[in-house]
Amino acid sequence: MTRSALVRFAFRTTIPVLLGYSTIGLAYGLLLATSGLPWWLAPLSSLVVYAGAAQFMAIPLLAGGAGIVEVAVLTFLVNARHLVYGLSLIKPFGEVRKARPYLIYALTDETYGLLTTVNPPEGASKARFFTLVSAFDQSYWVIGSLVGALAGSLVPASWTTGLDFALTALFIVLLVEQIRSVRRPAPYLVAIGASLVALLLAGPDRLLVVAIVLAMAGMLALKPLLRKATGGGSDAQAGGGSE
Amino acid sequence: MTVDIWASLASILAAGLVTLACRATPFLLFRQGKIPPLLDYLQGSLPPIVMTVLVFNSYKALIPLAPTWTFTTAPIEALALVVPGILAAVLQSWKGNALLSIAGATLLHMAMARLG
Repeated sequence: MTRSALVRFAFRTTIPVLLGYSTIGLAYGLLLATSGLPWWLAPLSSLVVYAGAAQFMAIPLLAGGAGIVEVAVLTFLVNARHLVYGLSLIKPFGEVRKARPYLIYALTDETYGLLTTVNPPEGASKARFFTLVSAFDQSYWVIGSLVGALAGSLVPASWTTGLDFALTALFIVLLVEQIRSVRRPAPYLVAIGASLVALLLAGPDRLLVVAIVLAMAGMLALKPLLRKATGGGSDAQAGGGSE
Repeated sequence: MTVDIWASLASILAAGLVTLACRATPFLLFRQGKIPPLLDYLQGSLPPIVMTVLVFNSYKALIPLAPTWTFTTAPIEALALVVPGILAAVLQSWKGNALLSIAGATLLHMAMARLG
């Protein structure tokens, strides 16, 4: 596969993220610029932090003059789920040398979803594919927040109402693809249960972190049971860490 | 109200370092091939778990919560979330074209959001 063909393939892979990131990045830039903060903090934050939920959360904190410790602790709570994302990418990233630090820094929810779900074409460099996908995704976010911050309130908000649903649709599509490749019901059922418990106990704002931690604890607790139930067969492959 | 720009810059830098630390931790702790079996077992289930939780998170507004236990989302808004979501899942299972699934579902959602 030629280099430009791989660039096209990587770009096509990231189009759903383009729709989501450019619009949500735009909303982020708009919100930041209209909250009394200088517009250039939006693209700067998208470069330095590059974590959507944390950046949105930080706007009122920065505008309200919150302390650096408060911002750091809240960022940790919002982003703690990233502590586990890397676990599924240690093996795939093992073949990557130079770009590894960048890939780790740029590992957002959506990029994680693409890198763990989409395989590069036959014969293509995995490192180059990963880097292209990560860089395309980040460029949408940075450019989106830059344009949003500059545009201020020039574009009527009614035009873009609902466009952010593209991210929900992306998560659904990635879930369908996961169901196709990981054909064990346990992780999905455990995750739904954990989400419900997290929503009821921790509330909607901390749902992501708490649900993922609970689901992992649930999978650990169920481990002996699942071993017995699945035994051999097709699940031995999925459980053997071949993904 | 004036915003202390240097405090904002320091906070953004701190948020960036915290985020990077979260993302880099598993790579720093476990070199390739030296992942403990228990974590190896977990990481195989992580993508399904994370995707399920992310989808759930997108729909959490539909679930009634304490203290009132009533539905806070208007029926038309709820439909505008659920129906396009089902469309995305059906299109993806049927055609397997991510762009088609996402564009179709998003357009339907935008149309329904304007009707409501």
